[in-house]
Amino acid sequence: MHILVVGGGTGGTILANNLARRLAPEIRKKKVSLTLLSASDRHMYQPGLLYVAFGEMSVDELYRDEASLLSSHIDFHVDPVETFRLDQNEVLTRSGQTYEYDILVIATGSRIVPDQVPGLKEGAETFYTEAAALKLFQRLREFEGGTIAVTVDVPHKCPIAPVELIFLLHDYFKLRKIRDKVHIKYHYPIGRIHTIANVAKWAKPEFDRMNIEYETLFNMKEVDVENKVVRSEEGTETNYDLLIAVPPHRGMAVIEHNQLGVGGWIPTDRYKLTMDGHDNVYVLGDTTNLPVSKTGSAAHFEAEVVAENIAAVVKIGSPVRDYDGKVYCFIEAGHDRATYAMFDYSNPPDLKPASKPMHWFKVAYNQMYWNSVRGLL
Amino acid sequence: MAESMKVDARDTYCPGPLMELITYMKQADVGDTLELLSTDEGSAADVPEWVEKVGHELVRNEQIDGVWHITVRKAK
Repeated sequence: MHILVVGGGTGGTILANNLARRLAPEIRKKKVSLTLLSASDRHMYQPGLLYVAFGEMSVDELYRDEASLLSSHIDFHVDPVETFRLDQNEVLTRSGQTYEYDILVIATGSRIVPDQVPGLKEGAETFYTEAAALKLFQRLREFEGGTIAVTVDVPHKCPIAPVELIFLLHDYFKLRKIRDKVHIKYHYPIGRIHTIANVAKWAKPEFDRMNIEYETLFNMKEVDVENKVVRSEEGTETNYDLLIAVPPHRGMAVIEHNQLGVGGWIPTDRYKLTMDGHDNVYVLGDTTNLPVSKTGSAAHFEAEVVAENIAAVVKIGSPVRDYDGKVYCFIEAGHDRATYAMFDYSNPPDLKPASKPMHWFKVAYNQMYWNSVRGLL
Repeated sequence: MAESMKVDARDTYCPGPLMELITYMKQADVGDTLELLSTDEGSAADVPEWVEKVGHELVRNEQIDGVWHITVRKAK
């Protein structure tokens, strides 16, 4: 039995380590092989990018060597897949290798596509890459006053990030004692300030207390870089001195090139996490087309279900449980307070007041993550 | 008339039905129709509000057995 995992991000790494533990006897007896293919030899802790933008985390804290995170039972190669031949149960990689499989897991993730909005790439700062987070850090350091416009495009990774950004901006300028010189305006695509009703209900009084202006039903149409104006599909516009954008995302280009899913999102069964029409192909994390948050947390909980089911298929010939839509997201409510949102397909989140202990738990989790991807948490 | 593409956002809280619809509307061609399935009571009001504000066309908005079926045609 050959199990092939494509993608060495949060989902793929947790899945591979979890499977290595569950199938250790079978791997030792060479009844099962477990291969992980990744596009990079480094693993990034992506939530750290927002901290980098505010000078609260250094860039080197974001990375570990992928090989150092993996069980010795995993056959790991830095060799990205270029062609999926699902009808022949094999993939072709950049190096020219062919990998056959009995079970395939696709966890290739997502990417930002700022080019989809005219002017966005030239006119807006973001925090979704190392270079972008460092540039935003410099822009914030140099900012002495004026209007900061925050825009949110669809779809995007980590739906909590836009409100966290607002809270961090407020505290950042408050600590620099120039908050009164900074006007923060938040723009959101739907008719309330967050897509989760209970998060919106919790955040609105916080926004009001922090004197954050907000405009809802604002879907970015274009950025007029020369005149520093951002315009919406709905016909409104905002002048800015500094524009910070949550850019639109797509699935990875290899998914689109292989026509596995429109937008790079693979059609996936919301309970089994198998690709539609392919019972031996599982899909994890951002790569799915599921109406579930594109977060490391979702990828983590999905990976645990898929690992348990693949191990069960190997051992007893059948999967044993469904994914229930579970997601757990920390919400930083400033530089020293946080809360969390936990929900699944059946239960909406019930937000608690932000507290300092929850913030310190989040700070601790930023380090505990490395144990989490090793499959130890 | 071609069948509408279904966007199944039942029993989900994040990113939520309207965000899901916007995602698929961006991928659709002008003239395409999309049918959003939602169990969120708020969808019956907030989807039409967004459709009107952007300038798309609301084709259908009705609740059947606890599920809102909201069909939208992309107009621009």
